[in-house]
Amino acid sequence: MTTAERYVTAAYCTIFAVVLLYVVIIALKLQRLEREVDALASAASREHEDEREPVQVG
Amino acid sequence: MPLPALAGTSLVLVTAALLLVFFVVPNDADQGFSQRIFYFHVSIAFTAYACFAAGAWKALVHLWKRDSRADLESYVAIHQGVIFGVLVLATGSIWAKISWGHWWLWSENQLVLFLVLFLFYAAYFMLRFSVDPGPQRANLCAVYALFGVVLIPVSFLAIRLAQRFIHPVVFTRHGPSFGGWILVAYLVSQAALFSLAYTLYRLELSGKRLDARLRELRRAYA
Repeated sequence: MTTAERYVTAAYCTIFAVVLLYVVIIALKLQRLEREVDALASAASREHEDEREPVQVG
Repeated sequence: MPLPALAGTSLVLVTAALLLVFFVVPNDADQGFSQRIFYFHVSIAFTAYACFAAGAWKALVHLWKRDSRADLESYVAIHQGVIFGVLVLATGSIWAKISWGHWWLWSENQLVLFLVLFLFYAAYFMLRFSVDPGPQRANLCAVYALFGVVLIPVSFLAIRLAQRFIHPVVFTRHGPSFGGWILVAYLVSQAALFSLAYTLYRLELSGKRLDARLRELRRAYA
């Protein structure tokens, strides 16, 4: 590999690495948001269960 | 266009651009193989300018219509611009090292003015995160983003106004100074980078909007 080829490879690898890092950071953030939505949804459904009054059956 | 379709288009365009750059375009007579950095370096630079301009436009919309969505859109566009700015500086330095023998030249107006533009918008985040969220922060950030847009034409024209320079000028008053496969590869690379930047912008914006709505929901629920 010549010096020019090494530099060109380094430039394109830098672009790839930065874009990949950005996508990974966004993906991690979206995963965190998904966990928060799940936690909020389960807390809401628990509260809904507690609010239901017991009724006499039979 | 839905986000998955946009991401697919970006992937196809980036792949096509890389194939053209590495397998179709001939070696440059002057710089040889190292000139292949040009296709993405210049495209990324124009993409960064476009992101900063979009950020300033959204800032103007915010100040004009008092639309809080425009503030978030301005912030995300400037964030994209800074990321692409990092790539311009990194790829430019690598290209400078092989072409000029230096990683950086302080005597070059084009380089220094781009660095000033980049640092100006990098400082935008210091301002944004040092003020409490609310209308005051949105207004301050919008005014700051609008001031920065003045630096874009200055940075772009610096090379044309300079008397002595070594940074190449590829876009003259008479159009690009190249043709054939070089022009095709450049245009595809530019389309690929614009498409990639817009995809990342939409992705980040949807995440930020979701985060804001979730915060409101948590506040309402508490």
